[in-house]
Amino acid sequence: MSASGPERGDRPVGEPPGGEPPAGGRPAGEPPVGGPPAPQPPGGEPPAPPVHPVDPWAPPAAPPPSPAPPYPWPPPAPAGSGPPPYPPPYPPRGTAPHPPAGPPPYPPPGAAPHPPPYPAGPPPRATGAPPRSGATGDVPGGLRRLHPMSPVLRGWRALLAIVVIALPQAAGSATAGDGPGGLGLLLLVVVPFAVAYGFLSWWFTGYQLEPTALRVDSGILFRQSRRVRLDRLQAVDVVQPLLGRALGLAELRLEVVGGGRTEAPLAYLTLAEAGALRARMLAGAAGLSEETPEAPERRLLEVPAGRLLASSLLSAPLILGVVALPVLLGVALALAPSAAEAVSFVAVLAPAVLAIVAPIWRQFVANYGFTLAESPDGLRIRRGLLETRAQTVPPGRIQAVRLVEPWVWRRTTGWAAVQVDVAGYGSPQEEAASSATLLPVAPRAEAVALLRRVLPGSDLEAVALAGVPRRARLLDPFAWRVIGAGWSERWFVSRRGWLNRYTDVMPLERAQSVRATQGPLQRALGLATVWLDTTPGPVTVAAPHRDQAEAAAMVHRLSDLARRAREVAVPDRWMAGRPRGDAPGEHGDPGGEAPPRPDAAGEAPPRPDAG
Amino acid sequence: MSAHGGDPLFDPPGGDGQGWQSVSPRLATMRRVVLAPVLAVLAAVAAGVVLLVADATWAAVVVGGFVALYALAWVWIGRNRRAWGYTERERDLLVRRGIAWRSLVVVPYGRLQFVDVTSGPLERAFGLATVQLHTAAAATDARIPGLPPEEAARLRDRLAALGEVHTAGL
Repeated sequence: MSASGPERGDRPVGEPPGGEPPAGGRPAGEPPVGGPPAPQPPGGEPPAPPVHPVDPWAPPAAPPPSPAPPYPWPPPAPAGSGPPPYPPPYPPRGTAPHPPAGPPPYPPPGAAPHPPPYPAGPPPRATGAPPRSGATGDVPGGLRRLHPMSPVLRGWRALLAIVVIALPQAAGSATAGDGPGGLGLLLLVVVPFAVAYGFLSWWFTGYQLEPTALRVDSGILFRQSRRVRLDRLQAVDVVQPLLGRALGLAELRLEVVGGGRTEAPLAYLTLAEAGALRARMLAGAAGLSEETPEAPERRLLEVPAGRLLASSLLSAPLILGVVALPVLLGVALALAPSAAEAVSFVAVLAPAVLAIVAPIWRQFVANYGFTLAESPDGLRIRRGLLETRAQTVPPGRIQAVRLVEPWVWRRTTGWAAVQVDVAGYGSPQEEAASSATLLPVAPRAEAVALLRRVLPGSDLEAVALAGVPRRARLLDPFAWRVIGAGWSERWFVSRRGWLNRYTDVMPLERAQSVRATQGPLQRALGLATVWLDTTPGPVTVAAPHRDQAEAAAMVHRLSDLARRAREVAVPDRWMAGRPRGDAPGEHGDPGGEAPPRPDAAGEAPPRPDAG
Repeated sequence: MSAHGGDPLFDPPGGDGQGWQSVSPRLATMRRVVLAPVLAVLAAVAAGVVLLVADATWAAVVVGGFVALYALAWVWIGRNRRAWGYTERERDLLVRRGIAWRSLVVVPYGRLQFVDVTSGPLERAFGLATVQLHTAAAATDARIPGLPPEEAARLRDRLAALGEVHTAGL
C-alpha cells in the first residue's frame, strides 16, 4: 500500500505520472477540481512487476476493500458532491500499464467502474479487507470452484456404462487371445480423455457472488464469463440427485427469463454452500444486504404420500388401462390359436403398459413428500423421493395460476391441482411442467385457498364468470357450457375444459400482450377468442368463443386495466422501497430521482486503493 | 381500403380517424413475383404427367387450372396485404393481420423485450423489411412485414425509445 500511496494521492492534479506526457494529451481526462483526485492509471514503467501473474480473467476489482461493495452493474448515478470520476478504462497509448506478456485484460461487460490495472500497486489481495467468505482463491481471480466431486457426479453414469458393458467385452476379447481389440483400444483412449475433460472443466469453472449479479466463468478452450443479474432472478432451485444426497452435494439452478434452459447451473456444491448461496442471492434479489440471514418460513401445506398415490391411481389413462387390459388379454387368449401366440401378443402390449405407468410413476416420484412453505423470500417447495428438489419462487414472480380438476377427481374425491407459470421455468416439457406444480393434489377448497394466498388479493368467487353464446356449441359441443371468463380491476379469471377443467387466474399486470383471434368458423358464427399472453409455461390464459363485439370491447378494456395494474405492481426487488432500483425513470415514476441503492445508498464507490 | 372495414373487432379503438397504417403494396408484388415461378414449375410438371397419360387438351386444361389458381392467389395476396395493419398509440402498439385467420394483438411498449428488423435478399430486392416485436411471452405474435426500410428503422427506434420510457418488469 505504501508504494502506491504517495505516488497516487499526493501528485498535483493533472500531472501525468511518470513524468512523460503522453502524446495524446491528458487534459480531457483530468478530474474536476473539488473532488478528491482520481486514481491515475500508472504510467511509465511499472515500478515492480506484479507479484501474481495477471490473469486475463481476473475480476475487474479486487475483493471489495470496504463494506460497501462496488456496483459493477448499473453505472453509478453521479451524486452532486460525489465520487471522483473514474479514470479512463484504458490509459493513453504509450504508457504500458499491463505486463507485456499475455493478452490484454478482458473488460467485463457492463463493468463501468473500471479500476486502474494493478501493476503499480501491491497485489490486490493484499490491499484491503479480507476477501469475502467465498474467495478462498480457487480459480485465479478469487472465484470459487465447484465441489471436487462434481465431475464424478456428472459423469458416473457414462463411466458405469463403460465399466459394465464395454470392459467385460474388452476383457473377453483379450483373454480370448485376440489382444486388446478395437474396443479395448478405444477404451484406452476415451476413458482418459473423458476423465481429463471432466477434471479440466471442473478446474476452469468458477463462480462468485457479486453485489448485483452472480458471475460464473467456465470453459477450457473457449472461456465464457456470465453474469446473472440478481434482480432478474425468477426462481432458485436446489436439486439433489440420489447420489448427490449420499455425498451431501446439490446443484443450484438459477432461473432467469430468456433461453429455454436453466442459466448458469452450479453443479455441484455442498448442500450447506448451496443453501447459503441461495440465501445470499435471494437477499440480493430482494434488494437487501447480502448479509441478511435466511428468511424464516412458515409451512403452508404438505401432501401426504397416501393422497399422492391415490391421486396418481385415479388418473384417467390408468383407469382406462386397467379396464382395457383384461379385455384385450381375454380377446387375445380367446382368439390366439396357441398359448405361445397369446404370450407374444401380451409382449406387444407391454410398451403400452409402460407408456401409461411411466409418467404416473415419474409424477409420483417427483412430487413425493411435497411441502409448500411461505417466507418473505417467496414460496418454497420441497419435493422428491429419489432426487430431491427445493424450489424458491420469489414474490411477484408468478405470472399466472391454473387450477386443474381432472374428470376423475371431480367425480370421486373433489381434488384439484395447482400449476403456475414462472418465467424461466420455460417451455411445457415434462420437467418444466412438474417444476411449475404448486400443488400436486389437495381438496379443492385447500387449492382455492392456496391460490388466494399466492395471488394476494385475488378472489375466485368475487369475479363473476360470463358464459359464451349458445351458438358456440357448434364449435365446442362438450365444453361450451363450462367456458366462462370474467375480470376485475386487477384479475382475469377464465374457466374451460370438459374432461380436465381448468380455471386460470392471472394478475392483469402480468399480461405481456392482449390478443384477439378469429378463425373462419368463428367468423361465420360471429365469435372470437381473446388471449392474455403469459411467459411460457403450462398455463395459457384465454377466453374462447366470445361474441365478436364483446371480444372487441374486451381487448381494449383488458389492455387498459393491465396498464393501470402495472403502474401499481409489486417491484422486482420486492423488499426495496421502490420499483426496481436499477435504472432511473422506469415505471414513469413521478419522483424519479436517482434510484436509491438498497445497500450502498449514498456511498461513493470505493476506490480500489482506498485505505 | 381496409380488407375488413366496419368490423369493430379489428378496427382501432377510439375512432380518432387515424385508422390503420397499412404495409407497402410492394409486399404483394413480391409475393406475386415469388409465386409465379413456383406455380409455373408445378404447372409444367403436372402438364408433363398428364401428357403421358392423356392428350394435349387435358394438359391445356391443367395449365389453365394453374393459371386460374394464380389469378385467385393474385387477388388473395392483395387482400392479405391490405389486411396487415398497425397503429402506434400512446401506450401500446396494435398489429392486425389475416383474412381467414384474423388476429389483433395489443403490445404495451413497456412489455417489449427487443425489436428485430430483418430484411432477406428478396425483401431487399423489393425494398422491404420486417419488424418483429418480442415480449417475454412466446405467444405474442407481433410481426409487421412489408415495411419500407426507412419506416422499419423509424418504427424500431421509436419502439425502442418508448420501450425504455415505459419499461415494466415481467
